[in-house]
Amino acid sequence: MTQNLLHINPIAILVHAAIPLVIILVYALVAIWAERKVAGFIQDRLGPMRVGGWHGWAQSIADLLKLIQKEDIIPNDASRFLFKFAPFMMFAASYAAFAVIPFSSSYIGSNINIGVFYLLAVTSVLTLSIIMAGWASNNKWSLLGGMRSAAQMVSYEVPTIATVLTVIVVTGSLNLMTVTEMQSGNDILGFLPNWFIFQNPFLLVAFVIFFISILAESHRVPFDLPESESELVAGYQTEYSGMRWAMFMLAEYADMLLLSLLGATLFFGGWNSPFGDFMSGPFWSFFWFMLKGLLLVFVMMWIRWTLPRYRVDQLMHICWSILIPLSFINLVLVALWEVIF
Amino acid sequence: MELTTILFYLFSLITLGAAAFMVFSKNIVHSAFALMFALIGVAALYVLLYADFLAATQLLVYVGGILILILFGVMLTSLGYTFNFKTVTVNLAPASLLSATAAVLLIFAFVTTDWKISEIAEPTDTVYDLGMLLMGDYILPFIVAGVLLLIAIIGAILMSTHLSAENREGV
Repeated sequence: MTQNLLHINPIAILVHAAIPLVIILVYALVAIWAERKVAGFIQDRLGPMRVGGWHGWAQSIADLLKLIQKEDIIPNDASRFLFKFAPFMMFAASYAAFAVIPFSSSYIGSNINIGVFYLLAVTSVLTLSIIMAGWASNNKWSLLGGMRSAAQMVSYEVPTIATVLTVIVVTGSLNLMTVTEMQSGNDILGFLPNWFIFQNPFLLVAFVIFFISILAESHRVPFDLPESESELVAGYQTEYSGMRWAMFMLAEYADMLLLSLLGATLFFGGWNSPFGDFMSGPFWSFFWFMLKGLLLVFVMMWIRWTLPRYRVDQLMHICWSILIPLSFINLVLVALWEVIF
Repeated sequence: MELTTILFYLFSLITLGAAAFMVFSKNIVHSAFALMFALIGVAALYVLLYADFLAATQLLVYVGGILILILFGVMLTSLGYTFNFKTVTVNLAPASLLSATAAVLLIFAFVTTDWKISEIAEPTDTVYDLGMLLMGDYILPFIVAGVLLLIAIIGAILMSTHLSAENREGV
């Protein structure tokens, strides 16, 4: 169903489009605080404790106020327009992709039938904005970070798309709303929900490959080579300060949430409640969807503070020699399973 | 004026402006980024024509694939990562003659053709029909394109392994 939004009241469009933005902003404030708390607890310390009282809950708000006051420094030899433009393009790309995520059984930004294909296409612009930032800074570390990110994202896009394709083979639809609706009900073994992760063993393999690839696509440890602090200062973010740097952080956390929500939609039943009809409905479906997405984000944080970083050659080896062949074999096996059963 | 019309002119302006900047810029990396704006503008025009699948493909293949490879290639050349990479203009007279002829031909074709505006209802499901056509009527071109890409990949692998084998002998 393609709706022509251009005939609807402009204010209604704006309100409709702002809902994911509000979700991203609130999530980013909580996630940055949560990341520091998770890091603290994993390393057996407390993390931020002072601002706001209970466990330093206002730390991110204080950080944000500090960032707003900071000077916007632009290096003399930088390519000014591209340098200024890159952070906004990066956030725009990840925000635009939220349009096809079905947040609840009654809310989806745009119910277009190319859904997940659009999402993959729009997020491929992220890579360009990182190269743009890296090159425009006119700094060796930034450029190296940008180049690494380009190589990494172009490579890991292949297993991501191949695993998304395995789910599409099962559903026969690119629309994420339809994909979610196909996972309603509790029929597997009598009580398990009809989520794709439980439906056949090859989809479980697909989820593992997908999760490893989205770790690499959102530049999380162990694949955070584009911004590895100990060798590249901060990669493509080195020359940025104040709000422009904050835009990069926001885009990065938004990208994490986006890919986690995509994983939740494709493999964990999206907004479906795990208890069948119990606790379902528009509000509860939003609750379940965010819970599933945030659990995946938490696993990403957990991995970040547990594993060391891979080298560049190991990163490429994992992708091209292991993940890509595995994901293609898996795709064929899922297709065979669908033909047989 | 309708919103669609305003959007059409806006994106046309972005496309044309970026294309002009790409041609006239003296810095090759700036040209590449201008090409990105032009390609995104064309994708937006596809959306206005209800060709959503084509628009997403345009983004995925041209912006997310080919343009990144161009930038990668430019930056890996010895002068690519500095600001000193200048372009020079060669063959000014034949090039302007050729482009002027092409422009005249295009405008002539545009003016003399009797354009018909079709009143077909907006398609609701573009991907399904496209998939059916690709797997049915146009299966041969589809397979030929696939084989062509496969040959290109094998060729690239052969060339790179050949080169690295030579280097190893040199060491």
